[in-house]
Amino acid sequence: MYKTLLCVRYLRTRYIALASIISMTLGVATMIVVNSVMDGFSTDMRDRLRGILADVIVETNSLDGVPNTQDLKDRINRSVGKDIEGMTATVEIYAMLSVQYGSDWQSKPVTLIGIDPATKATVGPLSKYLVNTREGSIPDWELSPAAMAYRKEWTTRAQWMVDRWNHNPPPMEENKQVSFEEPESAEPLPAPDFDAESASDSPFDSKPQVAGKTNSVSNPFENGLEEKSFDKEEARDPGSPLKGRVYIGYGLVSFPYEDPDTGETKMFQIVKPGDDVKISTVTAGRPPEPTHFNATVVDLFKSEMSEHDSSLVFCNLEYLQEMRNMVDPESGEKSITSIQIKLKNPEQAAMVVSKLEEALPAGKFRVRTWEDKQGPLLAAVEVESAILNVLLFLIIAVAGFGILAIFYMITLEKTRDIGILKALGASSNGIMSIFLSYGLALGLVGSGVGVVVGLLFVRYINQIEKFITFVTGRKVFDQRIYYFPEIATHVEPMMVFWVALGAMIIAVLASILPARKAARFHPVESLRYE
Amino acid sequence: MTETISMPQPQLAAIAVEKAYRKDKHKVPVLRGIDVEVNKGEFLSIVGQSGSGKSTLMHLFGLLDTPDVGEIYLEGQQIDDLPEHARDQIRNHVFGFIFQFYHLLPELNLLENVLSPLMIRYSTWEYWKKRKQFKQDALEIIEKVGLSHRLKHRPSEMSGGEMQRAAIARALIAKPQILLADEPTGNLDSSTGKEIMDLLINLNEQEQLTIIMVTHDNSIAAQAHRTVRLREGQIEVLGKSKTTTASA
Repeated sequence: MYKTLLCVRYLRTRYIALASIISMTLGVATMIVVNSVMDGFSTDMRDRLRGILADVIVETNSLDGVPNTQDLKDRINRSVGKDIEGMTATVEIYAMLSVQYGSDWQSKPVTLIGIDPATKATVGPLSKYLVNTREGSIPDWELSPAAMAYRKEWTTRAQWMVDRWNHNPPPMEENKQVSFEEPESAEPLPAPDFDAESASDSPFDSKPQVAGKTNSVSNPFENGLEEKSFDKEEARDPGSPLKGRVYIGYGLVSFPYEDPDTGETKMFQIVKPGDDVKISTVTAGRPPEPTHFNATVVDLFKSEMSEHDSSLVFCNLEYLQEMRNMVDPESGEKSITSIQIKLKNPEQAAMVVSKLEEALPAGKFRVRTWEDKQGPLLAAVEVESAILNVLLFLIIAVAGFGILAIFYMITLEKTRDIGILKALGASSNGIMSIFLSYGLALGLVGSGVGVVVGLLFVRYINQIEKFITFVTGRKVFDQRIYYFPEIATHVEPMMVFWVALGAMIIAVLASILPARKAARFHPVESLRYE
Repeated sequence: MTETISMPQPQLAAIAVEKAYRKDKHKVPVLRGIDVEVNKGEFLSIVGQSGSGKSTLMHLFGLLDTPDVGEIYLEGQQIDDLPEHARDQIRNHVFGFIFQFYHLLPELNLLENVLSPLMIRYSTWEYWKKRKQFKQDALEIIEKVGLSHRLKHRPSEMSGGEMQRAAIARALIAKPQILLADEPTGNLDSSTGKEIMDLLINLNEQEQLTIIMVTHDNSIAAQAHRTVRLREGQIEVLGKSKTTTASA
């Protein structure tokens, strides 16, 4: 009874000990915040990666792919058919994407994936990541009415420019420096509003060769417009979309900039649905030949994973197969390079992979889970998280040493009390347990407050980030650097439990030494202690 | 020197006790072969100059320390060689301590200080079950020492005399067989010291409580039944009884 009573009284009267646990409180709170942010980041990233990639991917070792897709699907079904929820065939190839901005062409390396949207939707929530497609709907390759209107507008304007150039070219000696002005009769169509972050927010003009009145170019229609706008077979109807259709990664055609007026980060978009882009890749077969084709952008792909958003272009599978000569001219059989599989139970991915590895020839196919495929990225996050945890736990360990030092002082201060208690018949173990309970109580208070502070911080982390940004004038969480538009968090209850428990154990461990010392005090010497 | 007592079995006895302290590398002898026997109900005073070993002898009697040589007997049983937990039990059950500087626990109020020996003696559960009885006992004792108006006061809020009376109440709550008082009036003015001595004499006479009192004040010592005078760790003069009782 006296142990509890003294422990409580020490807690209430020795504020210096409470001060010693502030570092423990901060350590616990920091660990909870960091783990929640890392976990939130990791969880969101994994969800998105998995949504894009599917649970299991069967890939051919050759970029030429394999014919007889149905046979491959049958073999997969025979092996693990009961575990499969959905399956889609794709062609994956490296390519160059060229987009025209003003009079410039911008080329970027991309991963071009030929998909069938209907079956792709069975292995992952594709529509969730398409900017102008309703989430949950089955995406297709048709342009939305808004995209069609926009396309018709700019193709009409472009055609007018071509006609004007052809019928009334400026004098040859002025060709190199000529200003184009719209005729009064040519009323521009109202631009459809595709996106809040469209050209109206932009500090630039996205179609200078059409809308700009004073841009100086050297014969802009020599080749650019025609190549950008029309396939030869479709030149008769310039407003209709091309045969090649693509969902293009948002990061490939959007660039962040800081609004000089508001200081906010906005996106400047140089390509919108309805625009055309040029894609260059290689054909299947020996030797691989370069091949180019134009495609109409149906929608923008925005997974918020900058790595994917700035590298993926989805194309209509059949057209890509055609462009890459992956269609057998005799049988009409089309080749594919990979099959994406969604499982009924994603936990069984490893088992499915091993079964498929047995069922498919190893030299020809490679079977991986989405985690295997994103191994380095996921491993980097894991390692970061582990290192941060170690470092932060050291903060709590340092707090433990603080407790040890202050406890040591308290035991010295309480030497005479210890002598009194021993004179009254208290055992050494009893004395020791007073200080151990005291340490445990401090640990409880420290980690309890730390948990509350940490959880509150996590709850309001984005508001806190905005406040710090406002106060310091420097962005803490820059959307241009990280994957996500805001700080993602995920609080794992067991993590909170272990962090709090670890802090309490450290507090108790730190109090063992002073408690042992107190227990060993000689009663007579303690009573004489000044 | 040996003091011989006619009683067949003293309540508490120190036989040929020697004790030395180490100070740096030097061994400082404090007690050099002390034989003292205390009978039940006796009021014994131990006097001597500073450093004569009187407090050390009291600590050895109260099992706060162990002799280097010699033995301590309680009711004929050697107690100085008992294991630590048994010594703790004897301190709690048999002895009551009163110190010159009161030695109350500063974090506890008067009532809690008085109850502290019982809190130590019983487990939390047992104490909780008997708490009402204990509180009643404590209130009676506190009333006896005249501190009923100070129940919730902490030591820092009490005078020296009040603190010493609180210490006496704490010593009595556990119903000890022997009261060990180390300079109980040493830190008090003469009138308050007299009050404390009257209280101790009362306890000795009315409740037949054995009291061993250490003091350097001869006039205080003279109020005891018998006085043992120490000089350089040895008994100098056999005490003369002021009021000789049958047991003395």
